[in-house]
Amino acid sequence: MKLIEGRDLTLGYEGQGIVSDLSFSVDERDYLCIVGENGSGKSTFAKTVLGLVEPLSGSIEYCGGLRKNEIGYLPQISGIQRDFPSSVMEVVLSGCLNRHRRIFGYSPDEKAKANAMLQRLGMHERTGSSFQELSGGQQQRVLLARALMATEKLLFLDEPAAGLDPGASSELYSMLRSLNASGITIMMVTHDIHPALNDASMILHLSHDGYFFGRKDDYFLSDMGRVFLKEAGHDH
Amino acid sequence: MIIEMLSYPFLVRALLVGLAVSLSASLLGVSLVLRRFSMIGDGLSHVGFGALGVSALLSLQPMAVTIPVVVVAAFILLRISERSRSGGDSAIALISSSALAIGVIAVSSAGVNTDLNAFLFGSILSVSRSDGIIAAAISAVTLFSYLVFYHQIYAVTFDPAFSKATGIKVGRYTALLSLLTALVIVIGMRILGSLLISSLIIFPAAFAMRIGKSYMAVSAIAAVEATAAFIIGFILSYAFSLPAGASIVAVHMVSLIGAASAKWIWLHAKGNA
Repeated sequence: MKLIEGRDLTLGYEGQGIVSDLSFSVDERDYLCIVGENGSGKSTFAKTVLGLVEPLSGSIEYCGGLRKNEIGYLPQISGIQRDFPSSVMEVVLSGCLNRHRRIFGYSPDEKAKANAMLQRLGMHERTGSSFQELSGGQQQRVLLARALMATEKLLFLDEPAAGLDPGASSELYSMLRSLNASGITIMMVTHDIHPALNDASMILHLSHDGYFFGRKDDYFLSDMGRVFLKEAGHDH
Repeated sequence: MIIEMLSYPFLVRALLVGLAVSLSASLLGVSLVLRRFSMIGDGLSHVGFGALGVSALLSLQPMAVTIPVVVVAAFILLRISERSRSGGDSAIALISSSALAIGVIAVSSAGVNTDLNAFLFGSILSVSRSDGIIAAAISAVTLFSYLVFYHQIYAVTFDPAFSKATGIKVGRYTALLSLLTALVIVIGMRILGSLLISSLIIFPAAFAMRIGKSYMAVSAIAAVEATAAFIIGFILSYAFSLPAGASIVAVHMVSLIGAASAKWIWLHAKGNA
């Protein structure tokens, strides 16, 4: 079942197109990696899919009953104010506001879920800590916990491995694998070739001269895919 | 002395209205300061002054003119600062000085009956019964909306992009914030005047951010500081016959300097230990 469908999209800022004539679709349970060099429009693609910016032309639709409040989002950490006073728990709990129904405060279930997420990410001892005093990698985990709170059907990650050491990023990837196996659709913008190579089912490669969208196996047989592998040092 | 002060009904009224406004302004201020919108409070107060001047010139009911004008200005200013990162500041400065100019021209054309001083620096002691009721009602609405939407306001302040992407109506909460800010500024202008009202929004938040580590703590500290500074400033102005608005702002200033120095000393003591 299709969840997101984009047709004939031109993406960009302030009338300046970066990507044109882009069509793609995301099915339920897909694991889509979005790759490409810097400035090729990956972040703009992310913002457009999430409805933060409008496409310059073309259409993007949520279908198959996907609603915005079933989407979890891990933004790039650079978009968050560094000096914002907030506890870890406040950040994580805010992830469930999209389906929140109570008038005052969070329910015990929501709090238990937040604690479970922090536990899973190894951050349960920092529940009361100040978010601004954490290291970059710890902040990334807290934001991931918030994204998981918001996720019902689809999880969108923008450069999730930035700021994580290799051990932490391989843990992250194995967690995404098990989420995907449990039925969550994953979309991930990444620099890292490993998830694209190992876990993804679909690839969207954006570049200055066109794009590739299709199954992973087809991608690695295409010219674009071979160049990508070669540049990443996986030349066979 | 305090008992003597409380025996005057007009002083009690001024005290209650002032407390309600200080409390509402401090809570809104935390979100406005964190979203880098604090200049908007300043701009709006000048727009309010312009509207007051025009209403004096045309002999209209001041609140009936000021409230809609400031609410519309709040929406425009928020939109400007959201759209353009760099041009926002100068646009706000242009709008606020233009509004100030219109106000001054209107007030001086209206003649000697209008008290320019009261518009600029407030006249807390002349708060009438009906003004008091309006101010109390608006503060109550502000506090209630703030408490009901506390978590949503936090979420859109902390990370508007995440909130919008995951289906929270960010535009709606930003609109609520600008509506409440506009209302609080209009009623606060009676007390502190248009030149000083933005300090009720900014000082408590600035003070609380030096101390609090969570958003909840910062909000609570801001509310306590605003209440305390208002009461102390009010008593000082009564005891030494000083202008009330200016005394309150001076207390805020001293407490902010105190908090900043205390934090500096604490950090250095910790660093050397």
